[in-house]
Amino acid sequence: MRNLYQDIILDHAKRPHHAGLREPFDSQVHHINPTCGDDITLRVHLVGEGPAAVIADVSYDALGCSISTASTSVLADEVIGHTVEEALTSFSAMRRMLTSKGTDLGDEDEIGDGVAFVGVSKYPARIKCALLGWTAFTDALAQAGVDITKYALNSKTIARNTPETT
Amino acid sequence: MTTMSDVALSKAFTEQESAAIRGDFAILSRTVRGGKPLVYLDSGATSHKPRQVLDAERAFYEQHNSAVHRGSHQLAEEATDAYESARETVARFIGAESQEVVFTKNATEALNLVAYAFSNAAASGAMDGADPTVAARFALGVGDEIVITEMEHHANLVPWQELARRTGATLRWIGITDDGRLDLNDLETVITDRTKVVAFTHVSNVLGTINPVAAIVDRAHAVGALTVLDASQSVPHMAVDVVDLGIDFLAFSGHKMLGPMGIGVLWGRYDLLKAMPPFLTGGSMIELVRMEGSTYAAPPQRFEAGVPMAAQAVGLAAACDYLSALGMPRVAAHEEALTEALLAGLAQRHWVRVIGPVDGRDRSGVVSFVVEGVHPHDVGQILDDAGVAVRVGHHCAWPLHRRMKASSTTRATFAAYNTLAEVDALLTALDHVPAVFGVAL
Repeated sequence: MRNLYQDIILDHAKRPHHAGLREPFDSQVHHINPTCGDDITLRVHLVGEGPAAVIADVSYDALGCSISTASTSVLADEVIGHTVEEALTSFSAMRRMLTSKGTDLGDEDEIGDGVAFVGVSKYPARIKCALLGWTAFTDALAQAGVDITKYALNSKTIARNTPETT
Repeated sequence: MTTMSDVALSKAFTEQESAAIRGDFAILSRTVRGGKPLVYLDSGATSHKPRQVLDAERAFYEQHNSAVHRGSHQLAEEATDAYESARETVARFIGAESQEVVFTKNATEALNLVAYAFSNAAASGAMDGADPTVAARFALGVGDEIVITEMEHHANLVPWQELARRTGATLRWIGITDDGRLDLNDLETVITDRTKVVAFTHVSNVLGTINPVAAIVDRAHAVGALTVLDASQSVPHMAVDVVDLGIDFLAFSGHKMLGPMGIGVLWGRYDLLKAMPPFLTGGSMIELVRMEGSTYAAPPQRFEAGVPMAAQAVGLAAACDYLSALGMPRVAAHEEALTEALLAGLAQRHWVRVIGPVDGRDRSGVVSFVVEGVHPHDVGQILDDAGVAVRVGHHCAWPLHRRMKASSTTRATFAAYNTLAEVDALLTALDHVPAVFGVAL
């Protein structure tokens, strides 16, 4: 159990970084996990154009479990101040680890504190919790005009494979 | 003085009886999460199935397997016989006539079947030949009202929203009090002369509340409205008699009552079923088919299109027999004892808030709660780590959770095979939660 709830996760969950909704922003999305009713409103603010655009801010208001709260906190840490391309690389790495069933231990250079979520990959029902903020983030990028086609396609596959209830 | 608790305990299964019951459920002896005994407290989602049910299904497939109501060979006769006697057994179990029992996929399909009868009735010629007084009860349009309650499972909520959308009728609902009971104060203002149908749950799948069926049925019938009861959480846990209840339709699933998945039941008064247009159409449900059009079989066949789920029907009948042998009053008393023990244990933990009635009155073995400051998903994960299986989320009752000011809950539900030791296992595992998540006690 401590493998799932590592201290890093519990710390992020208790004091999520960059929480709250801020101005200015280029797009705002609202995502829901229909299984449990958790939701997140997330904004992104970009400076510049194309893949080299810098993510000046990610702000959010979320209701969720410790896994989803902490994961969104890590997301904000990892992408603010980075380029869109770097952020999407982090997203891919995070998702790859989460869906690896424990075979991909994650790379701290790519996902920072995200490596603490390696235990989640052994609990299929929780993968969606850990991805809620990240999926909202990529959607917000898309709505801000970023081309995420090659990333989004895989994201849908994952959503289909994750157990969901009515 | 004898308290309710003593009475319930005295009616609960003895240790020997419990051991015998549990011996019928192979899955209860398996371990989970690294060798921990399974403590299964999620029967409200789906129950386990005793050997007797599985044997009945296997025997059907091994000895009688054939398409029901088709063919004149011996196996076809035997399969038809098995299917129709299963219908009789299920009918007896709920105090009904067998011709009033329609087999469906589950309670959800049964409720949809009734909802669609109203909108399909509006189609040209759909009610030809039906008794005009009965047919008029299914006429639904702008100005008419559908009444549900705020505590419905999505299965008894969304189909009525959709019916309102298709017909232009208005959806209204009975609210809930803070302690998780239906607010009957405005019964007369919600159920009016405009109401055509009142659909409500017998037992809440979140709160455990047993609803006052008679009060609602009396009001509905006083204004000429039809009544539909979602009995998914009552039929598996207490004696249910459709005649005593006085309702018009009743729906439940097999898989929540020790029966197989893939089978459910719609019971309806025969004069109503007889007037209703079909829901799903195809083979088996016809009377006469011509290229220009078709006529339909009498109920229940009219509502059972395609080759029916005969093995599941046989399994469901075996589940009814199993429960009847235990005795539904005993099952109810046993689950009441478990519920009281769990409610008492939770009451001692001030960091836990029970969502639903906290007294034992008119309450069944569904106990939902929140640990203040900890998300139910996280609570469920800690319990799971101890081998305790509960459900987390909104349990397909999102509006109800909103009303009770909880985004989601952790839910323990009981069946006849659960024990007081399992209640203790849940409480012991629960005590780890505050420390893991740093919640101050």
